[in-house]
Amino acid sequence: MTQKLVIIGNGMAPGRMLEHLFEQAPGQYAVTIFNAEPRVNYDRIMLSPVLSGEKTYEQIVIHGDGWYIENGITLYKGHKIIAIDRAAKTVTSDHGVTESYDKLVIATGSMPFIIPVPGKDLPGVITYRDIDDVQAMLLAAQSREKAIVIGGGLLGLEAAAGLNSRGMDVTVLHVMPTLMDRQLDPAAGYLLQRAFEERGIKVITKANTKQIVGNGKVEGIELDDGTIIPASLVVMAVGIRPNSAIAKEAGLAVNRGIVVDSGMQTSDGDILALGECAEVGGMVYGLVAPLYEMARVAASHLAGDRSPAFVHSDTPTKLKVTGINLFSLGDFAEGEDREEIVLRDATAGVYKRLVLKDNRIIGTVLYGETADGAWFNDLKKKATDISEMRETLIFGQAYQGGSPLDPTAAVAALPDDAEICGCNGVCKGKITSTITGKGLTSLDEVRAHTKASASCGSCTGLVEQLMSITLGDAYNPKAVQPMCGCTDLGHDDVRRLIMAKGLKTIPAVMQELEWKTSCGCAKCRPALNYYLVCDWPNEYADDYQSRFINERVHANIQKDGTYSVVPRMWGGVTNSGELRAIADVVDKFEIPMVKVTGGQRIDLLGIEKEDLPAVWADLGKAGFVSGQAYAKGLRTVKTCVGSDWCRFGTQDSTGLGIRIEKFMWGSWTPAKLKMAVSGCPRNCAEATCKDIGVICVDSGFEIHFAGAAGLDIKGTEVLGLVKTEDEALHYIVALTQMYREQGRYLERIYKWAKRIGLDEIRRQIMGDADKRQAYYDRFVFSQKFAQVDPWSERVSGKDKHEFRPMATVGYPEAAE
Amino acid sequence: MMEMDMNWVGIGDITDIPLRGARCVKTPQGKIAVFRTADNEVFAIEDHCPHKGGPLSQGIVHGTAVTCPLHNWVISLETGKALGADQGEVRTIRVRNDNGALSIALESLMMAAE
Repeated sequence: MTQKLVIIGNGMAPGRMLEHLFEQAPGQYAVTIFNAEPRVNYDRIMLSPVLSGEKTYEQIVIHGDGWYIENGITLYKGHKIIAIDRAAKTVTSDHGVTESYDKLVIATGSMPFIIPVPGKDLPGVITYRDIDDVQAMLLAAQSREKAIVIGGGLLGLEAAAGLNSRGMDVTVLHVMPTLMDRQLDPAAGYLLQRAFEERGIKVITKANTKQIVGNGKVEGIELDDGTIIPASLVVMAVGIRPNSAIAKEAGLAVNRGIVVDSGMQTSDGDILALGECAEVGGMVYGLVAPLYEMARVAASHLAGDRSPAFVHSDTPTKLKVTGINLFSLGDFAEGEDREEIVLRDATAGVYKRLVLKDNRIIGTVLYGETADGAWFNDLKKKATDISEMRETLIFGQAYQGGSPLDPTAAVAALPDDAEICGCNGVCKGKITSTITGKGLTSLDEVRAHTKASASCGSCTGLVEQLMSITLGDAYNPKAVQPMCGCTDLGHDDVRRLIMAKGLKTIPAVMQELEWKTSCGCAKCRPALNYYLVCDWPNEYADDYQSRFINERVHANIQKDGTYSVVPRMWGGVTNSGELRAIADVVDKFEIPMVKVTGGQRIDLLGIEKEDLPAVWADLGKAGFVSGQAYAKGLRTVKTCVGSDWCRFGTQDSTGLGIRIEKFMWGSWTPAKLKMAVSGCPRNCAEATCKDIGVICVDSGFEIHFAGAAGLDIKGTEVLGLVKTEDEALHYIVALTQMYREQGRYLERIYKWAKRIGLDEIRRQIMGDADKRQAYYDRFVFSQKFAQVDPWSERVSGKDKHEFRPMATVGYPEAAE
Repeated sequence: MMEMDMNWVGIGDITDIPLRGARCVKTPQGKIAVFRTADNEVFAIEDHCPHKGGPLSQGIVHGTAVTCPLHNWVISLETGKALGADQGEVRTIRVRNDNGALSIALESLMMAAE
């Protein structure tokens, strides 16, 4: 019979518990969850990357709404449980909902510790615990300049780095003499402090906060020694406390946390507790690995298997700040019975320390170079006697046994039970056997099936190496396809980091994102140039040397090194004057080929590069501007004759096409953008295979997008129907801007749409008036800087050098 | 041939070429592409990709290499050899840089024509 399972809290621990439970005992329970936060289960470990801009909230959601529906879970969002009635076996929420349970799981997590100083309640003092806190910090970062983070531990430092990358002037206050004193020894703490100071973050250690000062809102902090530090934002990240109040009120045994046995059971036989609120064996936990272990144990017990027991194990600590590598594990206090091995490389900023007892590793601190963390962890866990390799131990695994320097060899040599993913407790054997057993070929699949690399992601490199070892050449690391050989970052990460870090030149991007080459390559440079043009239209100086030749000389290079020239014909409409001017240019420059293009205009082929400015000058006199037939940008808007002439036409399709083209010309896009407007569903302008198309109907304008008629052939999708021409233009512009901001360089709109999802695009453009308006406004702003005719600029002398040889040598003098 | 014996012909100043860019020099034996890298090094090679004859002077310059605009072959400016998986080579031409005044060696130009 189905039993009723009620869970208080919707964090990572109960989420993981339910995954195990549904696998182990499908259908045994009907599940109800009360979540004090108004949202689904997301990955709290990844809050720092959201703060720094390296991830978005959507990317860190673990269970979307669909998961709850699929598993028949009733989720009360924004409901805080205020009472547990153990006699009646019910819980009641602050919104008055009462649910009865057969089994109850308390997973209320923890609360940030607030140091009890005057001013702690002032507006502008926040904690760092959930996505709301992150939103608050992002908001503060927009308008405020100085921030103070109280607490130099893991969370505090991640908050400081995030705020710093958002452009705030950050000071970290830490009460102990060195940073992260609970995880690092003083030497590593010092290196860490230096790394933060190099980023422009001030660090004050041995700092005792006397009070937070401010009149009506935060204005600064006063330390015990009288120092006053001004700030408009104070983040308290000094620690957490188990959130056990509700359990205490219900009369359960509570110590620091809710006391549970090794099966996660509280003092009430029908109530379990797990996560940060639980205390097991006298310990409370804050890192995800033991919490996931609790989830596994709790799920088994709920499913009726009472054999698994929670066992304490040390969890390595890592700091999620891009560019800072540190790893710490176990016990590294000094002692009479202990020895240590230390390696320092000051220039490389590397510090490694192993603490040994009886020839076994009991503690590890690695700073700057952490690749061997997994190996040291394994040696410690197994209590391996290291006396044999003591001389070379500190240099890492690659130096043992004589076959150094191949990074995959080190991973290949790890034993099957070596832990790869610390967060999820996944060992090597589990990963390799799942890859083979289930025929997995992508990182995402491995994440889905094993959970390895699915939490903080710091083991992603190891998992990928395991995939290439297991699959050999069959492994195609699609999930992390870098932009090119110059970087390990993919297009999306680069785009996000450009915005997050405010990078405004190509050298700045390469420096900050640690490009591996001195000045990029022909793949990444045009992409970066586009991203910067798109993101900073008023500030970025277009780098012509990073543009493909066509966009540099505003004509299309041909196989013999000559160029073709396509003047703009708005909406495909021309007249006798324009045609005459074209005819004259063809005669004057002996242009060998004149061709009507598929985009309703005229192509002049076979022009020598040196003649281009003169050709443009003549065309310009007749009123022509560049048709940008070479651009990763707006090309043509093809039209039919519409209601002006056609007996079937329902709207002025020619007029709308011209209007769109005049509004949007000059804009750069990730790949070329071709458009069309047809006056009726007979579709003579072939709008339904264009990047963006419009089909006019009696009731208005049907907007289409994501078609293709090139390498791929694909009919368009309907974005939606609008009533007026003004609206049609507005929606098309907004859609284009969304694509400009999200598309990867050279990714046509149909591929982008497939990646983002049609529904999501419709939701943002058709359903969200504010978003649509914001996209529209950003496009209009960028057009201010884009609508300059490149031909007339060059006729006036810009980039003269492009069109002339540097010198002519070796000819007889008489040639002059 | 000794350096001194060479017949150097001036072609212009280094600043005539954009950083990470190239300019052409016209000769009876065909066009020469003269490159200036991000580090202000100057190289000259035939303006003719070993693949399908694309004008290398029109390509994107990165490091000490250029990517041909026609089919993306990457050619080393130092050796004239195709990099990566492609096989092919163009002649390199010797360039002298006297405080920015550039000249090329006519002899190596003649050899290039043979």
